[in-house]
Amino acid sequence: MSATAERPATRGFVGLPIDRVDGHAKVTGAARYAADAPIAAPLHATIVQATIACGRIIAIDERATRAVEGVVDVLTYHNATRIPALPFDFTAPSSEELAPLQSDEIKYDGQHVAAVIAETFEAARAGAALLRVEYESRAPELSPGGARTVEQPEQWFGSDAQPRRGDPERAFEAAGVRIDQTYTTPIENHNPLEPSATVAEWRDGELIVHDSTQWVRGTRAVLAKSFGLDEEKVRVIAPYLGGGFGCKGFFWPHPLIAAMAAKLTNRPVKLVLTREQMFTSCGYRSETRQRLRLGATRDGRLQAILHDVLGTSSRVGTFVETAGGVTAMLFDVPNIAVTHSIARLDVPTPTAMRAPGEAPGSFALGCALDELASACGIDPLDVLRRNHAAVDPSSGLPFSSKHLLACYERGAEAFGWSTRPQAPRAMRDGGELVGWGVATATYPALRSPAQARVVLGADGSVDVASATHDLGTGMYTILAQIAADELGVDPRAIRVRIGDSSFPIAPVAGGSMSSASVGPAVQDAARRAYREAIAIATSAGGSPLHGLGEDEIEACDGGLRSKREPSRAIAYGEIVRLGGSGAIEALGSAAPGDEGERLSFHSFGAQFVEVRYDEELARLRVSRALGVFDCGRILNAKTARSQMIGGIVWGIGMALMEETVRDPRAGAVVTNNFADYHVPVNADIAAIDVLFVEEPDLAFNPLGVRGIGEIGITGVAAAIANAVYHATGVRLRDLPIVPEKLLAAQAAV
Amino acid sequence: MRTSERPAAPARSLPLTLRLNGRDATFTIEPEVTLLDLLRERGGLTGTKKGCDRGQCGACTVLVNGRRTLSCLALALAHAGDAITTIEGLADGDRLHPVQAAFVEHDALQCGFCTPGQILSAVGVIAEGRARTDDEIREAMSGNLCRCGAYPNIVAAVAAAREALR
Repeated sequence: MSATAERPATRGFVGLPIDRVDGHAKVTGAARYAADAPIAAPLHATIVQATIACGRIIAIDERATRAVEGVVDVLTYHNATRIPALPFDFTAPSSEELAPLQSDEIKYDGQHVAAVIAETFEAARAGAALLRVEYESRAPELSPGGARTVEQPEQWFGSDAQPRRGDPERAFEAAGVRIDQTYTTPIENHNPLEPSATVAEWRDGELIVHDSTQWVRGTRAVLAKSFGLDEEKVRVIAPYLGGGFGCKGFFWPHPLIAAMAAKLTNRPVKLVLTREQMFTSCGYRSETRQRLRLGATRDGRLQAILHDVLGTSSRVGTFVETAGGVTAMLFDVPNIAVTHSIARLDVPTPTAMRAPGEAPGSFALGCALDELASACGIDPLDVLRRNHAAVDPSSGLPFSSKHLLACYERGAEAFGWSTRPQAPRAMRDGGELVGWGVATATYPALRSPAQARVVLGADGSVDVASATHDLGTGMYTILAQIAADELGVDPRAIRVRIGDSSFPIAPVAGGSMSSASVGPAVQDAARRAYREAIAIATSAGGSPLHGLGEDEIEACDGGLRSKREPSRAIAYGEIVRLGGSGAIEALGSAAPGDEGERLSFHSFGAQFVEVRYDEELARLRVSRALGVFDCGRILNAKTARSQMIGGIVWGIGMALMEETVRDPRAGAVVTNNFADYHVPVNADIAAIDVLFVEEPDLAFNPLGVRGIGEIGITGVAAAIANAVYHATGVRLRDLPIVPEKLLAAQAAV
Repeated sequence: MRTSERPAAPARSLPLTLRLNGRDATFTIEPEVTLLDLLRERGGLTGTKKGCDRGQCGACTVLVNGRRTLSCLALALAHAGDAITTIEGLADGDRLHPVQAAFVEHDALQCGFCTPGQILSAVGVIAEGRARTDDEIREAMSGNLCRCGAYPNIVAAVAAAREALR
């Protein structure tokens, strides 16, 4: 075995809480998001959307629009580029099967029906306001209850959507304790602060697109397919995203409109969705209705879970909110039946939103377990512990690395759980009722093939490139740390370039898989560059390391040196110059193997929450939250902590305020702004603490990292609802838990 | 002979000079151009962000004569002669303003899109003496949404910057 293979995998930068390497660009305004692309004098396009949910366009009057000074053209289905159907698949991931502006048909309120193209943003906006579109409308179907078309998908993204084991109906009926409750979660919108934007430009038959996308290569594939181009003729650029959370993952129609407008006018075109349009143009989390039946022994041991989930999808695309996706895996229970149904409605297409499935599913399941604890008169944390699954009961496979019990223990100790009285309404502080709740967090560990390039320059520079993304996740920083450890270079001196479809392949920034996918590829590329540097340094005549063996050399301070005589050293730039080829360039790759046939890969955590409720004012607040997570190795303690805090903030929003409301007859979103769709503000968030049970998962990948983007939200809403019950004695099973629901429930008691 | 042609409309654009990050800048713009769109589309200053375009998110916050101002709700022509500070004008050359440095150190940002507005709000809040306690910071900074949920770190950064600016 070579010395390289025995070399410790880290030189110590991975894991450190170093400052975000892109922090400087972000605090100075230098970071350029899609709408900031430095394109001189683009035209501006503003989208006009349908104001009916079902029907067709019968007339479009463009006269007033075209009379606006500065308006250049109007795109409608009359003059739009003809684009073939775009059925979803992972090589060309279009959320909607039909390209925009292809016909007079209207499938949902908010569907794009036109784009006004103008010399200025102001003229485009004025022109859009003056466009008159006449419709013939039919009564839309908007409610999942009683929908004409309800489907039960067999599979979703490769997983069984209707898992079943044992005889759950009989076990439930025979159980000593039975819980049978229905939990509902509303439509939620991602609402990243950056509205989706596209700047499209055609140059010599090539399409160059600056786009707010979590998947530059996926976007490239759909654009190429749409315009009948080779993928090499399309370049998608997204160095920074102003958040995404899933709504910039799969492809949405508006970049096609920008590209069509640029083609029509032969000018670069900038198209930015308005905040209002963000509510219908790039997905949302489906509402869910979840019936949960738990059968258990009197000491709280689960015998059966039946979990029936009803969600929605549209007429033009499919997304299944798999709220029962982890139910068969999470607890040691012999009898399981999970069903997922989707009602087809005249609505926009839902999509993945931070922990799709797991977020609403962990709410329902986490609340039901708490109800079981109450029914048995047992501490809710004890019920979680008693039903802990040592192996994955859905597959029978051992977990690669599971430390959930340690999360419960550490969390309970740090939170002070042992002093919690069992009965509700037993804790008060001043005029406020105080309640504590707990729930389990979980998210699968996913990984995709990825590549990365590392280039050592003659000037001493170190470049890392991959077509991955930074949504605020810290990818720039962790990739620099990984390369730094392999090369012995300060991570702050490494230039990381990402968010460009022309870079080596990387998967969608989704499924919490970027670190586990791209990290090992960067590690591999850096190792290859390192070995190449050693080969040159030990063979070139002018090198101080000439004649040494590979195992006699180590990396240090931006170069190599002799282990025995550290003064014999040479910088990478000098090695490159000795090599004579201008640069050392290495392509690395990494991919999952067949380990999934032997092991089950999941992350876990425990969420502890304290709420305070002022009965006089019906004022409910989360006063304290603690998340303890088992997510494998943590690559940067500072950015990872921030990301987990963000997930918990999302859970607080989900539990207490977030809800997208549609007009029940017309289908228009009536909460399409931040005054009506409430996200947490600074004053809503009190103390949040995060702990990691850091056990590297080396069976998953050489870095031992699992993902952390999504698990932070899971379990939070359940822990809050459970804490509300503990504080008030009222069970609320319908999110969000707003004061009027609490008051109504208390009045009913 | 009667004609249906109307006389040519008067030129809608008007000249505007304002003091932008310490320098005079002159534009010719239509009356409906907001200060935000002027900065971004005509001034080349894309650091100021448009998150909602209706005064609900705070991403477009700039300082106008030192006051925290939502530039999406400000018509540019109403600010003739005013001193505008954007995120691009805050650092002293390569030296970050203490609020900028504190945001990096305390990881008070993730995606960074709301960050310019957060930082300019924080500069204003600290200057106004309204950042004396963590609760005061939370309240005063609540006009700036951060969807990544960096709030605890933002509070820590503003408190640290307040001390650095003493």
